[in-house]
Amino acid sequence: MKTLTDLKKIREKAQEEMKLRGNNVRIKVVVGMGTSGIAMGAREVMKAFLEEIANRNLTDVLVTQTGEKGLSSMEPIVDVIDEANQKVTYGNMTPDKVKKVVVEHIVNGRIVSDYVVATGN
Amino acid sequence: MSLKRIDLLICCGSGCVSAGALKIKEKFHEVLKEKGISNEINIIETGCMGPCDYGPVMVIYPEGIFYRSVSPDDVPEIVEDHFLKGRPVKRLMMHDPKEQVLSTQKDIPFYQKQVKVALENCGYIDPESVDEYIATGGYEALGTILTTLTPQQTIDVVKASGLRGRGGGGFPTYMKWQMVHDAKAEQKYIICNGDEGDPGAFMDRSLLEGDPHRILEGMMIAAYSIGASKGFFYIRAEYPLAIKRIKLAIEQARGFGLIGENIFDSSFCFDAEVRTGAGAFVCGEEMALIHSIEGSRGNPTPKPPYPAYKGLWDMPTVVNNVETIGNLTTIFLKGADWFASMGTETSKGTKVFALTGDIRNTGLVEVPMGITLREMIFEVGGGITNDKKFKAVQLGGPSGGCLTTQHLDVPVDYETLKEKGAMMGSGGVIVMNDNNCMVNVAKYFLDFSVDESCGKCSPCRIGLKQMYDIMERITSGEGKDGDIEELQRLGEAIKQLSLCGLGQSAPNPVLSTIRYFRDEYEAHIRDKACPTKVCSALMHFDIDKERCIGCSLCARKCPVNCISGSREDKYTIHQIDCVKCGNCLDVCPVKAVNKISGMHQEVLDHLNQPIEEEDH
Repeated sequence: MKTLTDLKKIREKAQEEMKLRGNNVRIKVVVGMGTSGIAMGAREVMKAFLEEIANRNLTDVLVTQTGEKGLSSMEPIVDVIDEANQKVTYGNMTPDKVKKVVVEHIVNGRIVSDYVVATGN
Repeated sequence: MSLKRIDLLICCGSGCVSAGALKIKEKFHEVLKEKGISNEINIIETGCMGPCDYGPVMVIYPEGIFYRSVSPDDVPEIVEDHFLKGRPVKRLMMHDPKEQVLSTQKDIPFYQKQVKVALENCGYIDPESVDEYIATGGYEALGTILTTLTPQQTIDVVKASGLRGRGGGGFPTYMKWQMVHDAKAEQKYIICNGDEGDPGAFMDRSLLEGDPHRILEGMMIAAYSIGASKGFFYIRAEYPLAIKRIKLAIEQARGFGLIGENIFDSSFCFDAEVRTGAGAFVCGEEMALIHSIEGSRGNPTPKPPYPAYKGLWDMPTVVNNVETIGNLTTIFLKGADWFASMGTETSKGTKVFALTGDIRNTGLVEVPMGITLREMIFEVGGGITNDKKFKAVQLGGPSGGCLTTQHLDVPVDYETLKEKGAMMGSGGVIVMNDNNCMVNVAKYFLDFSVDESCGKCSPCRIGLKQMYDIMERITSGEGKDGDIEELQRLGEAIKQLSLCGLGQSAPNPVLSTIRYFRDEYEAHIRDKACPTKVCSALMHFDIDKERCIGCSLCARKCPVNCISGSREDKYTIHQIDCVKCGNCLDVCPVKAVNKISGMHQEVLDHLNQPIEEEDH
């Protein structure tokens, strides 16, 4: 390393690895992981999100989990929350649907209305 | 490749490690593997997070959930409920006095009054990862300085920041640097003083362990400004983790080309190495430290010449404390004005303190200079444990002094503390409740100084021992009129005549307790009574016949068989034989045994009896 630019490159890469601890998050994906969610395959859904986001190298997306969402008949349930704290809730998710939500909603900003069960807060 | 979704930061400062943090880490690895989610979660060892009393502690991101007193048995529950189901475990969170749950780190009052400068990354990054340090802006300050500032300009920034030595003396940092900068010599040295030895102080250790690259970078900034190409870390051998991490940091920096020739393509070349000290307190004194690095016995030598003119191997040398160096990178990144905006007229920035004693939140804190003792003890520290009353606070360890309730609103800065008879010291803060005997406390610190005196100069070697003998007499009931005056006379003489800082400050605990708790000394000497019932010679146990039910438990538990009686007559302690072990008090089912201040009349009479001559 010989210049400040070299240092900056290393820093940006390292910050990437530490983003869970930072505030640089554009979109937050919250997977409902209550008992019924897990029974309906919420873990697979979460894994699919993690893989898809990693593959596409989306550095400003955070995946986290929450407890029972109360909509047991629609499990697995996933909230996608943007910077303005606008929430879109998707229901009956599967790993295949996850791919579509990532491409359409998270990358291109178009809500996949077919899967939506609720919007707003 | 899979994306990580949780950063689990386990505090691996020495406090939490001794409370079992490493076992917890192993357990997490095991349980996560079992559940097949190892690849979703980062487990990171960090430096000290601060609230050591609640260890082992951990923080879980992205939410920032804070868990305390975690045991390996709690791990499966955390993984199952929190990591898998997203339900943080409330049971392991902190609670406020009203039993409200404080779920995240920023909700906890302990952190709210703190301003972290030197400790900025401590407990937030993995100290063994240079990448994480760089991610938080590491080596940016060094790079900027080497490419845009001259050594003199660098010194001027430190001058503008008002930074003073954090090791105790409070000497302006830029002045030391300027002297060495101006000196003409073939070789100059920078030394980082990590010989922290005060009882109850662990600021330097936590910094070295928790953010070693910050100290290394700070040292290089200092080296550049004074023209040194070689640095030494002097760390005591009792700090193996700190030594390991600094050595690792040096190797990592070397790997990146941050240590070596022409750093950042400038003309600056630098190398550093670690020297371990054998743990003599006096080696924290800069001349003794320098001799120790040279391979000689760690004895102080008279100053002047100061190390700035004739230091290590007779070359101009700067010796800076770990925490002083720890402030440097932030001063350059955030600006001298920002740093100088905190604190008081003469003391700028923040100070790290190690809070210990009878206080709820013992641990490591960093607060702005000028904070009052009240805020530090009652707000950050959470007040006194067990609803006891605050009595005194010892600042600056064996070199410092005790302050009392009347000083609670005193601002913490170098000048004010000195004026009141204490000192900033390196930052040990020992809080005491009203169960502490101040004479005994002063004796304890004096005992430490007597032990640690190197013996080179007589005021310190002989004088301190004389003072200690008087203290020993006072606490064993043999004090006499004039003892207090003699202690003061000796103390003042030792302060003026000793060769180094150890002797010059060692009488402080005694002198300050005499100043503020003279009545306690007088009670010990004149009334033969220890008001707090700590000094065993000056208190006794007695059985209240009204309450005693004659169960004989005390008599059976007495190790010296000095309790006798019967169900009808109740029980009595034979005071002359009593060894004050307190067993009777502990076992009495009806609390009939009392602890009473002062010698018992029986013992006094016995002592006053003329010694009978034996017949030959």
